Amino acid sequence: MIARNWTLKDWAFPLVVLGGAALLAPLPAVAGSYWMALLVNILMYSVLATAWALFSGPTHYVSLATAAFFGLGAYTMAFLGEKLPLPLVYPAAALIGAVVATVVGLSTLRLSGVYFVIFTFGLAELVRQLVTWGEAKFGGTVGRFVFIDVNQQGIFWMLLGLLALVLLVGYAIQRSRLGWALRAIGEDETVARHSGIDTTVSKVAVFVVSATFMTVVGAVMAPRWTYIDPSIAFNPIISFQVLIMALLGGAARLYGPILGVVPLAILFEILQANFPNSFSILLGLTFLVIVYFVPNGVVGLIDQGRDKIARAVGRRPHPAE
Amino acid sequence: MFLVDVILSGLILGGIYALVAMGLSLQYGVARIMNLAYGEFTIAGSFAAYLLFSASGLSPILALAVAMPLSFALNWFIYRLLMTPLVRRAKSPGALEVDSILATFGLLFVVQGIMLVVFGGSYVSYSYLAVPVDIIGSTVALNRLLAAGIAVAIALGLTLFLMRTRIGTAVRAVSVNPAAAPLVGIDTTTYAAFAFALGGALVAGSGVLVSMFLTFNAAMGVVFTMKALIVVIMGGVGNIFGALVAGLILGLAEALTAAFLDSGLTLAVNFALFLGILLVKPTGLFGKAAR
Repeated sequence: MIARNWTLKDWAFPLVVLGGAALLAPLPAVAGSYWMALLVNILMYSVLATAWALFSGPTHYVSLATAAFFGLGAYTMAFLGEKLPLPLVYPAAALIGAVVATVVGLSTLRLSGVYFVIFTFGLAELVRQLVTWGEAKFGGTVGRFVFIDVNQQGIFWMLLGLLALVLLVGYAIQRSRLGWALRAIGEDETVARHSGIDTTVSKVAVFVVSATFMTVVGAVMAPRWTYIDPSIAFNPIISFQVLIMALLGGAARLYGPILGVVPLAILFEILQANFPNSFSILLGLTFLVIVYFVPNGVVGLIDQGRDKIARAVGRRPHPAE
Repeated sequence: MFLVDVILSGLILGGIYALVAMGLSLQYGVARIMNLAYGEFTIAGSFAAYLLFSASGLSPILALAVAMPLSFALNWFIYRLLMTPLVRRAKSPGALEVDSILATFGLLFVVQGIMLVVFGGSYVSYSYLAVPVDIIGSTVALNRLLAAGIAVAIALGLTLFLMRTRIGTAVRAVSVNPAAAPLVGIDTTTYAAFAFALGGALVAGSGVLVSMFLTFNAAMGVVFTMKALIVVIMGGVGNIFGALVAGLILGLAEALTAAFLDSGLTLAVNFALFLGILLVKPTGLFGKAAR
């Protein structure tokens, strides 16, 4: 899939990712439990938002299904955590996520823009109702206890590894023919189809990759709760926060969503601690502010700033930048 | 007569769904705003009726006369304040759809948050006209029957208004072709705001009617948004008659599922209907061939 040999410049991004991960890895040794909780939160949303942007960034298909896959992963852990050896549960979650995403993708990605948004909007609710129904019918209870011995450090390292992995996979996709195909679809789907791109296959492939990451994150996070029920695991606020964070950062670049996750995760932490009752209102207002005032995200602001500096210096930016 | 029971309750539910969806059909079909906060306004209407009923004993029928104009004004302001900048910014209809989805998604949490703060998260209901009525051998609660009847009356009134009056014709013109409407002297922005506000009045009205027989809470809006979206898309965007038929189909499908399969699967059936129709006929049952 890679068109040409990699030069030194091409290795820069993977090296930065691996170096960054190596730098962050010893953090649990110094951080107290409050800071660990915050860090785990930031990492969780970083993986989710990056995975979200993997698909929704280039194609402009706004997906609100994050919670559906996240919850699926959490439930996989709750069901299989005590039945299978732990190292097998994560691949199992990935497999389940991939299969569900393939079915969902094949049936919905033929829908155009707004219909796709609506379907994914309802998907989390649908999966939630199906799980509730299944639990009530066959399990006898709605909630479930998750007694799995994974401590905060373990979760931290797993999420850090996932974040590095999702960035590297994203980088590989971006540089492959698939990446070009996605960008073409985002620009104009009809033109993309006419130039010989199998749009359905391309969209479903990346949708599945993105959803698989979300599912695994759900599985990794489940032991943190000890008790889950459908309204916790499939909480629509998860989809919503991921969307805001990715938008604030900017979905056009691979590293964009992380720029949005860090400030917002900290802001939400502060808001939730100080205004637990009006959290939802403040969340909505934050979101509105971002939609109206930072429509292209932090990445867009950086690009704008760079253009301005470049113009002031007299150098015209290269069109490819 | 079990089957008659099921069909009757399905039709009554369907009539309500149709009314819930008509407002969205106006907002999306004419003003081109895909309003994800829609269901929150349904619940807001329900709470208004509950407040008026429990505080001053005002009957929900009269609450309609209070809630609908209020919601009309409120939605007019929302369109003017929040949506107009997006309409100006949008380069294409597609960009406006995405922007409006994002903005109303934020609005959803604001409205829901306000209701949670004011009313808390518990379920609420009140008893109004909870008397059994006998229709062809099956028993129906009078409040349900009345709600469905008012819903159909409002739907017919709206259809007449859109089809027979000058303003209604202008609204339809904007819906058919917003670019050409100004050529015949129609102020698109004003009519879009009017349609959005009218949709807001309908959604509050449907909320009042729903509250007559349904137990509700502040977090339930999403369910109504989903149902309204499904009905609008099934019936064809901007098609009021289509919304009526699609609403009845949805109500029937739900009642049949609950009776013969399992009441936990109604939403799954909703989605199956939604997807099935979109895959077979992407513009809805009565949609135009291409937009």
